[in-house]
Amino acid sequence: MDDVLLSVRDLVVQFPTRGGILTALDGISFDIKRGEVLGVVGESGAGKSMTGAAIIGLIEPPGRIAGGQIHLDGERIDNLSMDDMRAIRGRRIAMVFQDPLTSLNPLFTIAEQLVETIQTHMAVSAREARERSIALLDDVGIPAASRRIDDYPHQFSGGMRQRVVIALALAAEPDLVIADEPTTALDVSVQAQIIDVLKRLCSERGASVMLITHDMGVIAETADRVAVLYAGRLAEIGPVRDVIKDALHPYTHGLMGSIPTLAQEDDRLVQIPGSMPRLTDIPQGCAFNPRCDRVFDRCRIERPEPIPHGTRQVACWLYDEQQIKAAE
Amino acid sequence: MSDVLLEVKNLTRTFDVSLPWLNRVIERQERQFLRAVDDVSFEIRRGETFALVGESGSGKSTIAKMVVGLLKASDGEIHFDGTPMDVNSSAAMTQLRSRFQMIFQSPFASLNPRWRVRDVIAEPMKAFGTVDGKAAIDKRVDELLDLVGLGASDAGKFPHEFSGGQRQRIAIARALSSNPEFIVCDEPTSALDVSVQAQILNLMRDLQDELGLTYLFISHDLSVVRHMANRIGVLYLGALVETADGKELFNAPRHPYTRMLLEAVPDLDMTGKEHTVVKGEIPNPISPPPGCTFHPRCQYVADRCRSEIPVPVPTPTGEAKCFAVEEGRI
Repeated sequence: MDDVLLSVRDLVVQFPTRGGILTALDGISFDIKRGEVLGVVGESGAGKSMTGAAIIGLIEPPGRIAGGQIHLDGERIDNLSMDDMRAIRGRRIAMVFQDPLTSLNPLFTIAEQLVETIQTHMAVSAREARERSIALLDDVGIPAASRRIDDYPHQFSGGMRQRVVIALALAAEPDLVIADEPTTALDVSVQAQIIDVLKRLCSERGASVMLITHDMGVIAETADRVAVLYAGRLAEIGPVRDVIKDALHPYTHGLMGSIPTLAQEDDRLVQIPGSMPRLTDIPQGCAFNPRCDRVFDRCRIERPEPIPHGTRQVACWLYDEQQIKAAE
Repeated sequence: MSDVLLEVKNLTRTFDVSLPWLNRVIERQERQFLRAVDDVSFEIRRGETFALVGESGSGKSTIAKMVVGLLKASDGEIHFDGTPMDVNSSAAMTQLRSRFQMIFQSPFASLNPRWRVRDVIAEPMKAFGTVDGKAAIDKRVDELLDLVGLGASDAGKFPHEFSGGQRQRIAIARALSSNPEFIVCDEPTSALDVSVQAQILNLMRDLQDELGLTYLFISHDLSVVRHMANRIGVLYLGALVETADGKELFNAPRHPYTRMLLEAVPDLDMTGKEHTVVKGEIPNPISPPPGCTFHPRCQYVADRCRSEIPVPVPTPTGEAKCFAVEEGRI
């Protein structure tokens, strides 16, 4: 299994609160292969961003990884010290955040920020770092990069800023880029440009991408595989085409139906009744059972673990062997 | 009674974005104006949903605010049910206001956190005096809560006890409480998750059928607009570049900008079609390009587009502002 870059096993993230322990991620497992784009979707509070933060070691205390393991290239990284993690962060795992204005320092020019990043991670001279920076900005599609490199973040538009952030993320040639809602703050025409840049550069450099978004459309265009999260648990994971065209988990099915599309004639949207449970108040058994239209007794008592099903894994009792036999 | 409920004629709004006068004198700068809305005209028929789509800065919300009288127009007229809207006459406005309402983008900011849901929903009834007596108001609040899919028991709770989707339902109940005919919805679902968005969009369509409402629906999301609107206007840099019937706009877009927007929407059906990636970004509205404002990004650009401002030309179900369409080049 040499081509697995990142492996996450039974990841549990908890936050102690006054009302008791809140489990934000509850037993999540997945792999990201080298050069693969893994999409992570879910609604707000499903744990998408938390998964990204856990991998890169940026969970805000008092939150902590309470269980499970994360391996990067075979090496365990979830229990590293702050200093050891800092050597990985930016160098081997980089992150692109949602809001490009807050992820750049407004007081420094783009050149200063890029050069600093490159020199932190690589032993190169300032001149070399600057040349690399210009080449990077060129790559991400900033016109007249050699002139614009000395501008401040506020002198760029939203789309251009996000390109700069991508350049920063790629500066140290990381193995994995975690992109957390990279296009949510952008207009649709600019979104297409940014997705294009991210996809092209990562495949050129052989970097894997973990693309976190709530937008299934973006995932459909970009990802190789997709993981669907619900209430801090993995509902379904598999190749994008399979999941989108033929969702197995009732939640994924409802989610896909609720998205208005351009092709669709104007019938009613499928709606999932209710809303996601609060993390302090997750129902017994399958977390989705109160909203599920195919619920049966077992769902209310036992929690389903991801069950392999063809190319996919799905955490739903409908796909349990016993259940399938009983149905026949 | 005419068929047209709202008529907007040559609506324009400019904002003064000049530097303070001392800076202007020292730096020898002219006053600067931003034309947020530029000569926009459209009509909304009774019972119809008219949608305005555009990217950020295209003037969508500015139009919404002018339509409900929250912002004065610099030029142009708005006629509601045949009566011209006069923002300066508060008596006339109060009368009109009870007939239209607004639903805002963020249900987290549009509900007063210190008010109980009952009071939030009852306020328009009290303000306009449409329902008299506490018992009658309470009864109406319960009816409204039921109508939007919440329960009468929710009336005593505070907004923070609800999720985003439920709060948007409360905002809708409030909008409905003065029995309006016309509702301006400014990005009503863009703060919500897709599964909740589907609930709210379905609810809004059911309410429209049930109560015969007319909507001005503002959104940046073309898929949502396709789902909701009978007629659509596409805004670019404050100007309406194309209006058309919903189906027509999606099946046969005319204006190059509309084509580009449709092209940029991620393809959920995974047909595997190649995207032509859109060039450039929206220019600075303070100094828009001369001629057709879209010409720097347009693939059908000709010399004429760089100097002349296009006028609307009729298309099968609407009109488009484009020389290429006028000359039959596309």
